Amino acid sequence: INHIVHNGGLYKRPFNEAFEETPMLVAVLTYVGYGVLTLFGYLRDFMRQWKIEKCQNATEREEQKDFVPLYQDFENFYNRNLYMRIRDSWNRPICSVPGAKVDMMERVSHDYNWTFTYTGRVIKDIINMGSYNYLGFAQKAGACQEAAAKVLSQYGAGVCSTRQEMGNLDKHEELEKLVARFLGVESAMAYGMGFATNSMNIPALVGKGCLILSDELNHASLVLGARLSGATIRIFKHNNMQSLEKLLKDAIVHGQPRTRRPWKKILILVEGIYSMEGSIVRLPEVIALKKKYKSYLYLDEAHSIGALGPSGRGVVEYFGLNPEDVDVMMGTFTKSFGAAGGYIGGKKELIDYLRTYSHSAAYAASMSPPVVEQIITSVKCIMGEDGTTIGRARVQQLAENTRYFRRRLKEMGFIIYGNEDSPVVPLMLYMPAKIGAFGREMLKRNIGVVVVGFPATPIIESRARFCLSAAHTKEMLDTALKEINEVGDLLQLKYSRRRLVPLLDRPFDETTYEETED
Amino acid sequence: QEKEELIEEWQPEPLVPPVPKDHPALNYNIVSGPPTHIITVNGKECINFASFNFLGLLNNEKVKSAAQASLKKYGVGTCGPRGFYGTFDVHLELEERLAKFMRTEEAIIYSYGFATIASAIPAYSKRGDIVFVDEAACFAIQKGLQASRSNIKLFKHNDMADLERLLKEQETEDQKNPRKARVTRRFIVVEGLYMNTGDICPLPELIKLKYKYKVRIFLEESLSFGVLGEHGRGITEHFGINIDDIDLISANMENSLASIGGFCCGRSFIIDHQRLSGQGYCFSASLPPLLAAAAIEALNIMEDNPDIFQTLRAKCERIHRALQGISGLKVVGESFSPALHLQLEESCGSRENDVKLLKRVVDYCMNSGIALTQARYLEKEEKCLPPPSIRVVITVEQTEQELDKAASLLKEAAQSVLN
Repeated sequence: INHIVHNGGLYKRPFNEAFEETPMLVAVLTYVGYGVLTLFGYLRDFMRQWKIEKCQNATEREEQKDFVPLYQDFENFYNRNLYMRIRDSWNRPICSVPGAKVDMMERVSHDYNWTFTYTGRVIKDIINMGSYNYLGFAQKAGACQEAAAKVLSQYGAGVCSTRQEMGNLDKHEELEKLVARFLGVESAMAYGMGFATNSMNIPALVGKGCLILSDELNHASLVLGARLSGATIRIFKHNNMQSLEKLLKDAIVHGQPRTRRPWKKILILVEGIYSMEGSIVRLPEVIALKKKYKSYLYLDEAHSIGALGPSGRGVVEYFGLNPEDVDVMMGTFTKSFGAAGGYIGGKKELIDYLRTYSHSAAYAASMSPPVVEQIITSVKCIMGEDGTTIGRARVQQLAENTRYFRRRLKEMGFIIYGNEDSPVVPLMLYMPAKIGAFGREMLKRNIGVVVVGFPATPIIESRARFCLSAAHTKEMLDTALKEINEVGDLLQLKYSRRRLVPLLDRPFDETTYEETED
Repeated sequence: QEKEELIEEWQPEPLVPPVPKDHPALNYNIVSGPPTHIITVNGKECINFASFNFLGLLNNEKVKSAAQASLKKYGVGTCGPRGFYGTFDVHLELEERLAKFMRTEEAIIYSYGFATIASAIPAYSKRGDIVFVDEAACFAIQKGLQASRSNIKLFKHNDMADLERLLKEQETEDQKNPRKARVTRRFIVVEGLYMNTGDICPLPELIKLKYKYKVRIFLEESLSFGVLGEHGRGITEHFGINIDDIDLISANMENSLASIGGFCCGRSFIIDHQRLSGQGYCFSASLPPLLAAAAIEALNIMEDNPDIFQTLRAKCERIHRALQGISGLKVVGESFSPALHLQLEESCGSRENDVKLLKRVVDYCMNSGIALTQARYLEKEEKCLPPPSIRVVITVEQTEQELDKAASLLKEAAQSVLN
């Protein structure tokens, strides 16, 4: 099914995004599953309270037993009874570079996941489909690593000061100029942590009397930044442009809630690729709306920088738009560049303002020099300035891997969410028991996957999420696909009835779905 | 139709207001080369009195080679949060070592120093809970409190009588509404060694108040970890207090340990909760392994040479004495604190002019070979803005001659600029 969208010719290429509806039987069974687990949870809590069963979680000190309890019992209900059963699917410790293949430390639990012991053995060469290694820069040898080693021996590991005091090294200036050139903006500023970039700079840009319109499924860092700023927050439905337009119209016409005064500014917060859904933001339409209603756009390209676009410059290049249309381009270096930290790019006035008023510049230590060098080398590699074509080749390899993997999974009959071109591939599991089972079965077959459930996703829509990488060869993908096929048959995960909902033309208030058969 | 007109007419403010070119915080000092003992600032070589490199571990060869080994094994980044294949054996080792060093049950590592306390506080204190915090608390604590949406009660800096007054008031409130009082959690948040004023908190009295009024204590030890105490374990060792009496100790590794990141340590009952509800832990990539390896090696050095703490304290005392009596500048901070402030004795009216005057003093010193910096704050955002000051940082690497040179240079600068 190919939909070429004719929204005023805004899109220059097909935008294929679809979220298949949950089959009714599966939804019912999932609710039943959670119901059973909750009942058992109450039973176990009852037994623990009456000392029939041993209580294994840590408890308060004897001297402090008469203090107000630190945690409410109910808060931890989910943690004790549901999360604890499948806890071994997360926090898996690894002991090698997080590339396409990874070595994992084996751990066993003799008391149903309350405690883990390490057997000392290492499971080697697990195909890694969980790390955010989109362009394969997580390497332990190569140009990036050598450059980082040199800078490490020259500069040391830490910095011990903030940017505004004595922590601004010449390396940081070099990095910022390079990032600005890479993105096609006037100027950029880099920070030590991607999460902190959002939570510390949004409060510097907006304050009381401003309005923030944020997508339903925005990341915790964006939500925290919006909350800390003190502005009014309104949420629009995920990637739904009619919802956004309605909110914009209402905001300008009615003004602030009680005083009716006009808003000082309106900031739209969206992400390039949403990591739990695999969907890509409808950037052409957002920019058109932004221009029409004179608001500002904050684009968080945590997952899309380096992963989308013919030369890896992110979602703006993917749609063929002008980077100057986006007011604040934010991104992280953790995913595609194999380092750590975040950046904000934009006009020179914006960056000068952030240099003076950002919380991170005044109070937080600056980035570590070897990490900065890794970013500089990898950005040069992607741009092709180091004299090789490795960067270009990797971007293309990632795009091919994405298309191939998604096509094969859909053919097998799994429900896959998201856009055709996004390297984040969520595979729906729905039932709570299958979350744990999928993770464990895949590990037995030497493939490491990431499974997510509540609260990161809605309660019945738990999923397994694959992150493709340019470092994955076709053989690795084929092996992985074969195993996924087997496990899918074993656990009966092939829910898809090929009834895809064309999300593109769905109007805002319609409650019936148009279904088209393949 | 009206709506269309309204939409046409509305003009938003510009996204950011313009910043004047000579704003003091806009023009950064550019440091070429490593920010170690001898530092090249803006092209001039100076002795570094501005980086928080208390134990001189930034340039230590053993630390660098441990980081190199880790770089060869793991690469630079971790490509994922702790929950999704971002937990490396180095992280687990560092957490164990920190817990053992501080003699607590468990420790948890964050990848950014600022985010450590700013994620720890909202994990425990929610809307409706009460937090008593010192006025001079640093910005990271303020942001953590803002994110937690709890009721904040400020007490005067290091004033235990004021704190007791607030606690008594809260007690009378509780008696009016015992049902609510049984579920509101109470916390006191203090720092071991305050960044903004350079003095320490009276921990023994705080412990007494804790048991009397049933409040939990969160201690922020960014400056005092690796500085106070016989073995560098911080203010609890300095006062000889049982570490289990403090509910949570949080510190960042960016000062004494010369790495990046932060950690929290305490009993498992408390720390384990952050693994699922600490925002900066769950939703952010983990610490790059080379920085974790550097921190482990730094801990090794701290454990093997416990006499560096004594040396550091002696140097602090020396310069504290030497800086007394400078006309126009007063020293703010304890005699054994390695991070002092020099404030103007008399302000000249406006904060801007004070800042300009201090800048001239700093420039004079920089031109003569001592690198200093002003303490930077976000003026509009701080709850209780400290007065403008020059930050003086003492490290073990500075020799006695250098300390004396710095003191005499500051005297000269104050003479020429302020008189």
